[in-house]
Amino acid sequence: MNTTRREFLGRSGCLLVLSASAASAWEAILAGRPEAAESYSTAAHWWGMCIDIGKCIGCGNCVRACKQENDVPLDPTFFRTWVERYHVVPDDLERPLVDSPNGGYDGFPERYQRDDGSKNFFVPKICNHCAASPCVQVCPVGATFDSPDGVVLVDKTYCLGCRYCIQACPYGCRFIDPRSRTVDKCTLCYHRITKGQTTACCEACPTGARRLADFKDPKDPVHAFLRDHPVHVLKPQMATHSKVYYNALDGSVR
Amino acid sequence: MAGLFGLGIAVFFVLRHLLVPEGFGVYGHYRAGALADNMTVPARYAGASACGDCHADVVAAREGGRHARIGCEACHGPLSAHARGSTDAVPRRPNGRELCLSCHLANVARPKAFPQVTIPDHGDAGPCLACHKAHAPAIS
Repeated sequence: MNTTRREFLGRSGCLLVLSASAASAWEAILAGRPEAAESYSTAAHWWGMCIDIGKCIGCGNCVRACKQENDVPLDPTFFRTWVERYHVVPDDLERPLVDSPNGGYDGFPERYQRDDGSKNFFVPKICNHCAASPCVQVCPVGATFDSPDGVVLVDKTYCLGCRYCIQACPYGCRFIDPRSRTVDKCTLCYHRITKGQTTACCEACPTGARRLADFKDPKDPVHAFLRDHPVHVLKPQMATHSKVYYNALDGSVR
Repeated sequence: MAGLFGLGIAVFFVLRHLLVPEGFGVYGHYRAGALADNMTVPARYAGASACGDCHADVVAAREGGRHARIGCEACHGPLSAHARGSTDAVPRRPNGRELCLSCHLANVARPKAFPQVTIPDHGDAGPCLACHKAHAPAIS
């Protein structure tokens, strides 16, 4: 057999390139089009949330509803959503006192004095479903990902439980589920919103302080909300492109 | 030499097939089936429209009242099993005072425009439902 070194390398290169493309084509054929059978089209939605701080009464309904809907452990360290109470005194606007007893699950017993010159308000917190999520960027195995409709989700069968994403999230929205030892977080009730329902927290909010938003739906009231209100996102300096918009967000909120 | 090279490639593809889960990379750097996994979680909250299908009388009683836009399950708890027809899942009748105060007890952090009560001063600390109806709370 007379094969020159040049021919051998050329043929090997062809084989390598062709088998790689054949393999990926074959994989695509095997996987099919998972979405074809569904009535829900991920391309038609871009999910987020609007939170109106001026309407939040700190009742804790959202925290309780989320825990029930998503089977979140009841221990006071595990929350997919929680509510914080801010107490800002005029002498120190930069450093507010923040408390969140049991995440607001049992409501907020009165702690502060009326008319003492301080600002007091509640801030519901939730995964910000960032368009450029730090948690997605750091996941070493692709278990945390952005869905095509803009929801940050976790593949629980594939998560290693390495906790890297917990450190990466600037909003503290993730925890390790002690039962599965994998990471858990708000899914924006993906099982509900993909069936035309709103999230459990929005369903249970008595004042309409939280509203699910579909930015791709031209009829969604979110567009009027963003136009008519002074909205802001949490920690814009982190460049996470958060999709949870807060109305009347105080500068002291972190 | 060529055989060894070919064997290396074959081993690579076999390992890749075994280690990379099905559907990985279809939409992005994740398993495509994870979307379906997240979609198939059973819902426990049925949604207010499901309640209205049967309880039209309550919808009518709430109409025009301050509580008209509150989801039924905000007070009665998650009821998708009830909405599906299970006889075991009975909606809870909330403890009037406890439920009312979870929203309406005065708290400095609550928005000032939101109706709030301090207990000894309001209604002689009697039961809330003696004067107010939960579904339409204004006193007529």
